[in-house]
Amino acid sequence: MIRRALLALAVLAAPLSAQDTTRGVRIGLTYDAGTRPGVVVLPSRGVGADSLRAILQRDLGFGDRVNVIDLDAAAADAINRGANSWPILARLGAAASVQVTPTPTGLHLAVYDVAKQVTALVRDFPAPPMTDARGWRAAVHGLADELEESLTGTRGVARTRVLFERNKRIWLVDSDGEQIVAVSGGTGIHGSPAWHPGGSMIAYSSINPWQIVVQDLVSGGTRTIAGGTGVFISPVFTPDGASIVYAHGVDDGVDIFTIPTAGGTGRRLSVGRGSDNTSPTFSPDGRRIAFMSGRAGHPEIYTMDADGTNVDLLTPLEFGENAYRASPDWSPDGRVVAFRSGNGSLAQVLTINLRDRSLKQLTSEGANEDPSWAPDGRHLVFVSSRSGSKQLWVLDTETGRTRQLTRGAAVRNPAWSPRLPQN
Amino acid sequence: MTRRTLVLALMTTLAVPALDACHRSKPEPEAAPAATTTTVDMSAAQRRADSVAAADAARRRADSLAALRNAGADAERARVEALQTLAQKVYFDYDKDALRDDVRAVLDAKAAVLAANPAVTLVVTGHTDERGTAEYNLALGQRRAAQVKRYLVSKGISETRMATQSMGDSQPAVQGTDEAAYQQNRRAEFEAMNTAGALMRPRS
Repeated sequence: MIRRALLALAVLAAPLSAQDTTRGVRIGLTYDAGTRPGVVVLPSRGVGADSLRAILQRDLGFGDRVNVIDLDAAAADAINRGANSWPILARLGAAASVQVTPTPTGLHLAVYDVAKQVTALVRDFPAPPMTDARGWRAAVHGLADELEESLTGTRGVARTRVLFERNKRIWLVDSDGEQIVAVSGGTGIHGSPAWHPGGSMIAYSSINPWQIVVQDLVSGGTRTIAGGTGVFISPVFTPDGASIVYAHGVDDGVDIFTIPTAGGTGRRLSVGRGSDNTSPTFSPDGRRIAFMSGRAGHPEIYTMDADGTNVDLLTPLEFGENAYRASPDWSPDGRVVAFRSGNGSLAQVLTINLRDRSLKQLTSEGANEDPSWAPDGRHLVFVSSRSGSKQLWVLDTETGRTRQLTRGAAVRNPAWSPRLPQN
Repeated sequence: MTRRTLVLALMTTLAVPALDACHRSKPEPEAAPAATTTTVDMSAAQRRADSVAAADAARRRADSLAALRNAGADAERARVEALQTLAQKVYFDYDKDALRDDVRAVLDAKAAVLAANPAVTLVVTGHTDERGTAEYNLALGQRRAAQVKRYLVSKGISETRMATQSMGDSQPAVQGTDEAAYQQNRRAEFEAMNTAGALMRPRS
């Protein structure tokens, strides 16, 4: 009966979204309040089953919302031999077990409620063949995100990607550190990548030639949106995607401009009077912009209305202090702005609360900068020197857990994507 | 007979018919033998004088060529000096765009060269060390280039003759993560354009 009720709930939820038929569905698992539900990912049979299980376990682990429990060899053997798995799973502390099986057309998901000893959810996901590694992995990540939502009520961010700079080009990496690929080509030194809210278009800045470039990730086609004499820096799309806001200046300081994404003429928003004003980031409602400004003789984070009015100093300005604040990124829930603060290379990542201006230091190991929020508003990607070279790391701001996302040549300026569409 | 005498005698023998040929259209009266002897003696003296004059002329030509060569070398030296002055980098303190005294002296020399050579234009490129964010450094590099341009304008150089740009921290002059490397990288570089013709030394 419970199972029927849950399935009925899933069906009722279907009209909410044409793309995600289980969106909003949560399985009522039983586990101790204040803890993360324990989840066992059961082995399965079929081509790619082991890879599938490994990716899923990693995605759930990286999500930091469930406790992925290892199935020891004895338990796995017992379950494989057809033993009653409920007491085994209960002994391991699992609130749920999950099994994903490859099918000819995709992936078959089954979720079991261990306490109630029932099947809680069954669903089939379309997926391309494994030979299409990128598409297949994206399908698995998408399944992981929906599974996380079913288990915890909050959708995961496994099917997201991170843009970053490496060796003067823009690169992409999946949220689990796999599928690293160069995106930008041609002349110039490319930096400061930013996502269109739809997830299929990016913008970045170029040095020599100095310009703002828009690139379609599907076709690879590029378009120069602004360019010429002076610097063209730090583009960012408005939350509706209709405009790009960027910083530009020649001999009289750098100011923040806006230009339609479809093309047009740049219009100045900030009035820096010869100071540097760069690195805009929008509040989720698109009404305010946080940015870095040196207008007081010292780089700090300010906010202003989207039309450039009502400028307000956000970070505390301490007279005589050598450290400066830069690289703001407004959290998706709108509550805080992450930024870097520090003197030269000795920087750390902090957040400041928009309501009470309280500060929270998030990093302390090595030098850390360039924070960018994941769409869940909980995880941050940033650049850290803690491993010896500048690499991308991911921080869970709730537990403080970190993981290294990239290795190899130095990187900078990450930008975490929105949740990406199915394709 | 010394070799010089022989040469003069040969020249005389050859020269006379040639001279005669020149005046063929205007017949000369026949000269007496005695007079001929005298003429030969006179010609020898004249030839010596001519020879000395020719040697003098050759020396003057050589001197003149050397002078020309010297003038060319001097023009080339002036050109090299001007280009070196225009290309000399200037350096900045950490996180600063202010011009230090040593930088002003270098820029004064550039201003003088630019004033003496009105066709020359200059691209000023600002650079930073690797510390700080990429975006901040791009803005800082632009500010450094703009400060340099502003100073040269204050010294009378038209702003239309100068363009500014920033490479931020993307093109370090030297690799390294110590202050010595950082100082080399916090700089403005200069590219002089329209320098194909002669370059004048500044008027002192």
